[in-house]
Amino acid sequence: MPHVSLTVNGKPASADVENRTLLVQLLREKLGLTGTHVGCDTSQCGACVVHVNGRSVKSCTILAVQCEGANVTTIEGLATDGKLHPMQEAFRENHGLQCGFCTPGMVMSALDLVKHNPDPSEREVREWLEGNLCRCTGYHNIVKSILAGAAAMRGQPTKAAAE
Amino acid sequence: MAPRDDGIGAAVRRKEDFRFLTGRGLYVDDIVRPGQLYAYILRSPHAHAEIRAIDTAKAMRAKGVVAVFTGADMAKDNVGSLPCGWQVKNKDGSPMNEPPHPPLAVDRVRHVGDPVAVVIADSREAAKDAAELVEIDYRPLPAVVSVAEAIKPGAPQVWDIAPGNTCYDWEIGDKAAVDAAFSRAHHVARIELVNNRLVPNAMEPRAAIGDFDPASGEYTLYTTSQNPHVIRLLMGAFVLHIPESKLRVYAPDVGGGFGSKIFHYAEEAIVTWAAGKVKRPVKWTAERSESFMTDAHGRDHVTRAELALDRDGKFLGLRVSTLANMGAYLSTFAPCVPTYLYATLLAGVYTTPAIYAEVRAVFTNTVPVDAYRGAGRPEATYLLERLVDVAAREMNIDPVEIRRRNFIAPDAFPYQTPVALQYDSGNYHATLDQALKAADWAGFPKRREEARKRGKLRGIGISTYIEACGIAPSNVVGALGARAGLYEAAEVRVHPTGTVTVFTGCHSHGQGHETTYAQLVAEGLGIPIENVEIVHGDTAKIPFGMGTYGSRSLAVGGSAIVRAMDKIIRKGKKIASHLLEAAEADIEFKDGKFTVAGTDRSKTFAEVALAAYVPHNYPLDELEPGLDETAFYDPKNFTFPAGCHICEVEIDPDTGVTQVVNFTAVDDVGRVINPMIVEGQVQGGVAQGIGQALLENCVYDENGQLLTGSMMDYTMPRADNLPSIAVSTHTTLCTHNPLGVKGCGEVGAIGAPPAVINAIVDALSSYGITHIDMPATPQRVWKAIQDARMKQAA
Repeated sequence: MPHVSLTVNGKPASADVENRTLLVQLLREKLGLTGTHVGCDTSQCGACVVHVNGRSVKSCTILAVQCEGANVTTIEGLATDGKLHPMQEAFRENHGLQCGFCTPGMVMSALDLVKHNPDPSEREVREWLEGNLCRCTGYHNIVKSILAGAAAMRGQPTKAAAE
Repeated sequence: MAPRDDGIGAAVRRKEDFRFLTGRGLYVDDIVRPGQLYAYILRSPHAHAEIRAIDTAKAMRAKGVVAVFTGADMAKDNVGSLPCGWQVKNKDGSPMNEPPHPPLAVDRVRHVGDPVAVVIADSREAAKDAAELVEIDYRPLPAVVSVAEAIKPGAPQVWDIAPGNTCYDWEIGDKAAVDAAFSRAHHVARIELVNNRLVPNAMEPRAAIGDFDPASGEYTLYTTSQNPHVIRLLMGAFVLHIPESKLRVYAPDVGGGFGSKIFHYAEEAIVTWAAGKVKRPVKWTAERSESFMTDAHGRDHVTRAELALDRDGKFLGLRVSTLANMGAYLSTFAPCVPTYLYATLLAGVYTTPAIYAEVRAVFTNTVPVDAYRGAGRPEATYLLERLVDVAAREMNIDPVEIRRRNFIAPDAFPYQTPVALQYDSGNYHATLDQALKAADWAGFPKRREEARKRGKLRGIGISTYIEACGIAPSNVVGALGARAGLYEAAEVRVHPTGTVTVFTGCHSHGQGHETTYAQLVAEGLGIPIENVEIVHGDTAKIPFGMGTYGSRSLAVGGSAIVRAMDKIIRKGKKIASHLLEAAEADIEFKDGKFTVAGTDRSKTFAEVALAAYVPHNYPLDELEPGLDETAFYDPKNFTFPAGCHICEVEIDPDTGVTQVVNFTAVDDVGRVINPMIVEGQVQGGVAQGIGQALLENCVYDENGQLLTGSMMDYTMPRADNLPSIAVSTHTTLCTHNPLGVKGCGEVGAIGAPPAVINAIVDALSSYGITHIDMPATPQRVWKAIQDARMKQAA
């Protein structure tokens, strides 16, 4: 059985896995990081998005053994000392989540967008989210959250939300 | 005094969000029980087949496998049928045909995905690998998938006990009065339409863990449910025969439901029963493709309807005939959806004096169909609001004007419809006016002209809908065939220091109850919202409640909390009267203080709570210690949210692609407790409504194979398919519940589809197109345009 060693949320981690074990299974089942979710079996929904070496990746679409030596960040790695990351805070402030199931993937995906495009337009946000499904919000408040989160990360004050 | 920033009407940010945003939610698949095994369920690849033999020997010997069970094993243990919770009667008064539904099929499979055997192993992979070694000898049988085919003479029969594949043939209304209305009609508008079959697709796939403690004989089921007590009752009493005192059902965080997680599913019974057999916890988690072929689907109606009008466009009578697809088995509440949740809504917001509807429910070799967001009311609204538009066009009356002429007047409440319901309140002119303004209806011709210059066809559509929430009262629904009560329960437990835990029978799977209910309690007891916790979902903790569906959580569950708080305050006054040495009648409770009227002598809520639990100075002869009250609330009537949705679309005539460019919703949901959450609920519902109108369609081929079996094939709405959704409210209060609330969870999915299709038909009207079925995909729209062009050219 292959052994994989990697860094997850800044800490070393390792586990024995099968060749076919997916990164998301490693995270959820071996490392107990259940914040990353599985919502489909065809790489459509994006509930499993994490960062691998700084890029957003659907963790159901990459094998655990491909992540040997990689630096992985999951939703559990964003808040520090009980304080939400500005993007998480923007989702809370703008009611960008309802059932919470798609939320980790949405937040991780949004952060990758902002990394590439710090000041996206509404249209750009909607197009970026092509790989993330939400059934609760109609995306309205997710889009609003990401725009607010991006503004906060640029250092601009967030507008009064959910008015 | 200024309104509280954490009370009724405040946009309080949600208490539950921190855990969801940090990955600390607890969904069923996140739970790992010590010694847990994994179940993989083998499912029928055939729509209809006889099971001739099952050989599990090879699978039993596979690595990691602990057990393999079939329907015969469950039958040997006397496992019962998954029960149906509602019995509908035929026109002649006889009961509907009600076939059995074993959790694992025994001698026949009736839809693709029907469970046949379960493999239990020490890992998910081992179970799945071993499942390939189970040999099943099927003899395929002819299948039937559409209602139109199923009712034809000679069609394959899904059930021997249901001739003609009929579950029931039901009617409502005064047929003679409707015939008379049509005989004196100036104009009759007609429509035939399909309400497309949908797959709910909550983002969290269903999951269940069965657990058995041999020491106590107690079973626990962890499940993705909207109503854990309903599951405990149905599974314990009817399927597994486990006393409720020995069965705990726990639905922790649940990732969306939309109706699909109301029902008692086979997998819940399978893992619970299997846990007892193997004496270890057994977990099953659906893969998304399993969700597609096992979660109850929604809608699937075929309807013909006629509206009789007088010379002025006043509605005289409505006649409706509907075929409703039940699928292969009766899901838990399936029979009530196309009857009591559908035909009773056919008056809409109009004064139509005579209505007659007949509904034939039909078995097919497809996944069972049951309640999906709106459940019956979207089907009624779509039919009615399309038909009204057809009538307006044919009679050359403005679609807004024809609605106004037929609205129930604001002073006509309570209003008795000809189809059983009595509406308690509403103001349909007000929501219409507000929506016309918000959508700039008057400015539309200019926008259409501007779009025309860009080569786009722009259309505008309206729907003025009503719906019924908080289904009730229990004795009335019982008389109509419900096999359950429809009250709700709440326990308000005040702790010695004055903090409060509320135990509710409702269940939150995205609705934000932990916040909304806490606002009710903060306001009602005058304590900070931080001092209130809401507990739901665990039958070991909460009083017997009916769960969350049909937008009932606030109207019924919230009312139960209010009633329990009333009891707390009544008892608190007695305690305070003792502490303050004043007559009980002189004690007032306001802003968290018990005060002797007209004085400044008072005790805080926390002081009274402490006295109740440390009763040293306490009237022990007259009053029990403690401050902990439970209330069961049975509503007097449904609530009736209503409103107006306006949709504007642009169609590219060369590609048939429809873009929703504006969507405006003005809803009367009664008193608003948290406007932020209400807006989110409406937006989410509208997205599902637009999804039904433009994108989503569950398709079977003629052999009963599910063609839309994954998210690659079934079009889920994505962010770039949808517009921003402008939501506002106009309030008339519900007159019969203590909060004046009506419900907001389903209005979006109900109001939106006809607004979208009316807009598309408006955009295409220059081609003479009068109807297009949902979903209005680019292909359908393009073809309609091509056909119309050919017809015009001919």
